[in-house]
Amino acid sequence: MTRRSCGAAGPFRGSRLRPTVAAALLLVLPGVACAQHPAGAAGAHGHAAIPEDATFTAADVAFMQGMIAHHAQAIHMSRMAATHEADPRLGRLASKIAQSQVAEIRIMQDWLLRNGQVAPDTSSWRTMHMDGMLTAAQLEALDGAAGPAFDRAFLTLMIQHHEGALQMVEALFAVRGAGQDVDVSVFANDVVSVQTAEIGAMRRMLSQLPDR
Amino acid sequence: MHAFRRAFALVASLLVVPSILASQTYPGSDDPRAGLKPGRLDAGVATHNMRLVSFSPKPAEFDTARGLTFINSDLAFRDKYVYQGNFAGFTIWDVSDPAKPRVVSAVSCITAQGDPSIHGNLLFLSAEGRGNRNDCAKGGVEDPSDHMAGVRIYDVSNPAAPRLVKNVQTCKGSHTHTIVPDPKDSGVIYIYVSGSQGARPAAELAGCKEGTDPADENNSLYRLDVIRVPLAHPEQAEVVTGARIFTGLDPAPRAASRPARRPRAAADSARPAPAPTGPRNCHDVTAYPAMGLLAGACASHGLLVDISNPLKPVRLDAVADTNFSLWHTAVFSNDGRRVVFTDEWGGGTGPMCQATSMLEMGGNTILTIAADRKYTQHAYFKIPAAQTAEENCVSHNGGLIPVPGRDIMVQGWYQGGVSVMEFTDPDHPRELAYFDRGSIDAPSPADTAGAQGSRGMGRTIGGSWGAYWWNGLIYSSELDRGLDILALVPSDQISANEIEAAKLVQFEQYNPQSQPRITWPAAFPVVRAYLDQLVRGNGLAPARTKAIATALDAAEKQTGSARRNALTALARQVSQDVGGAGDAERVKALAAAITDLAKATR
Repeated sequence: MTRRSCGAAGPFRGSRLRPTVAAALLLVLPGVACAQHPAGAAGAHGHAAIPEDATFTAADVAFMQGMIAHHAQAIHMSRMAATHEADPRLGRLASKIAQSQVAEIRIMQDWLLRNGQVAPDTSSWRTMHMDGMLTAAQLEALDGAAGPAFDRAFLTLMIQHHEGALQMVEALFAVRGAGQDVDVSVFANDVVSVQTAEIGAMRRMLSQLPDR
Repeated sequence: MHAFRRAFALVASLLVVPSILASQTYPGSDDPRAGLKPGRLDAGVATHNMRLVSFSPKPAEFDTARGLTFINSDLAFRDKYVYQGNFAGFTIWDVSDPAKPRVVSAVSCITAQGDPSIHGNLLFLSAEGRGNRNDCAKGGVEDPSDHMAGVRIYDVSNPAAPRLVKNVQTCKGSHTHTIVPDPKDSGVIYIYVSGSQGARPAAELAGCKEGTDPADENNSLYRLDVIRVPLAHPEQAEVVTGARIFTGLDPAPRAASRPARRPRAAADSARPAPAPTGPRNCHDVTAYPAMGLLAGACASHGLLVDISNPLKPVRLDAVADTNFSLWHTAVFSNDGRRVVFTDEWGGGTGPMCQATSMLEMGGNTILTIAADRKYTQHAYFKIPAAQTAEENCVSHNGGLIPVPGRDIMVQGWYQGGVSVMEFTDPDHPRELAYFDRGSIDAPSPADTAGAQGSRGMGRTIGGSWGAYWWNGLIYSSELDRGLDILALVPSDQISANEIEAAKLVQFEQYNPQSQPRITWPAAFPVVRAYLDQLVRGNGLAPARTKAIATALDAAEKQTGSARRNALTALARQVSQDVGGAGDAERVKALAAAITDLAKATR
């Protein structure tokens, strides 16, 4: 798959300068969306040419691109806590998730740009659907809840969302040759450690919610 | 609370008590660390109670910025050598002249993350992930039989030409590792292996199995792998056991005392049980062999483990904290009654010390260990100076500074710099000294335009991986820039006598994850360190501290039996001060130190 969706991505082939040019053109900021996304399938950004001596594969590129969309939806969900009368403890967890994943998106974008690949921005969650991501109906239900009902919906759906991230890592490592690049490997292992711990924390919080 | 500690509590520090759960961010700050000029080798510098003795750039072999590929990692120390790990190999520095460290060898061998330990002539390096090869060649792993994940053992008896002796393969590779000596056999050490990756397939390494049942004896996850190394035959090193210290840590989906909410719908009951979310491995474990204890920093939990039998570790306690993102590393106090845990929020590559970052995350927390060997969590600590969006920053590795009578550690905070923290009072940790550079990269236009919370377009991951006190100086491994050597400068926070006393503690080798017990020789600086602390904390009446200081000076001018008699008399007087002192424990320690000095006087 070589179709490109947006931005100035091209076959940079390890040039140290041109990704910077790409970076300048492809402003990876919230709200500064690149124009068109290909409709449909997950991970539809595709990959630019991969140099022969590269330490990464097309699966690594798709993983990083897909995880940006995945993270971006988690940030969108987390930011709802402030406006949906969430419990302060849950609000703090949501802030933590948002701050962590904002930083991680930048790491993924940096990696993609450094390797001459298309780096999706934080609007990509609206067009890409990865494991565990909320459907439009689930998102609407979350947005329609407030107070303890929001807390319950948030925890339930964020657990689902995080479990999807774990599945994405598992799928990545199941691909022969993938996950050898040290940046991808360290990042993917961090996703597993952090999100597994957060699932545990969310399950504990869920068990402590008042009965409906 | 001693008067000594009360005095410390008055000093403003950025701490948050765990029970106060409001989210906090950095206050506005005029800290000198704000606004430092960016630059890789010409960045602005701010220091407090420290000075840079030398900076040595990376050897050419590793002097390339490409993500994490060429970054330096941790340090180990022996004799005149410092061993510095790198994701692409390691460097051996001769630091006989700390002002001019010399590269003895730089070995290229992709070994992520290359955390080193030294024992005698054997150097151990952690290898994790899928890109390390048995033969150290570049180009990645094509065939599973080329894959190395575990612990590499080098013979460094000729430091100019290290020789790879063995690759010990483990099912989960090795992110970090910890040396634990055999308590009875000095010819044997054990290596506790920590990691974050999943299990390798059995087709690649026989006996490996990835499962979800923590109690399954055949499951490679949820166990602490132990390698036995016969020192005379390192080529025979092998994994001998896997301790199951993680069972029963999974949070219950629902509080047991409460009734089930409602019957599950048919669709629900068809779903498989959720995978356990307790830790399946530790990120890093710190052994304190002299105490038979191990503090496990295990992602979602901080563990306390009895290792009096190194082959049968037994978990004593475990704590979790939703404010702690990733339990990462631990440091014991010398008396073994406190542990500092660090939280590597953001994995070390994120800028988690920005003005908007949450203060209770990405820092340290202090735990005390009670007589029943259970943890109690106390305060958090985070460096009190916000960093920029360009600076990857979070609390990271460190070790004790051996000032008698106080619990002080130095640690690296990546691009947050090097910081010295006192945790003598676990409820009021505070910063005593720091060294910080500006960011490696200049801010991007995007960040200056107000994009908070994002790392800049500059992509260099750098800063201090770990900072450690080693025989009188502080050594800091800079991921991107090289090696820094720093000295403490006397101040009202740490006196010249306290620094002198710390310098008297000399080790032959030091692996920070295998903590040695510190003992101080009988010496005047040690005595005066306690005295300085009593003065600083008003722990004894000023008239008495002054008289003791005068008597010490007089005794030091004497020699032989005259000095011994003067010190013996002084020790007796000081013992009588204990009763009326504000800080009786410290006066007792002072008297004991004077007695030791008297006994050592010939």
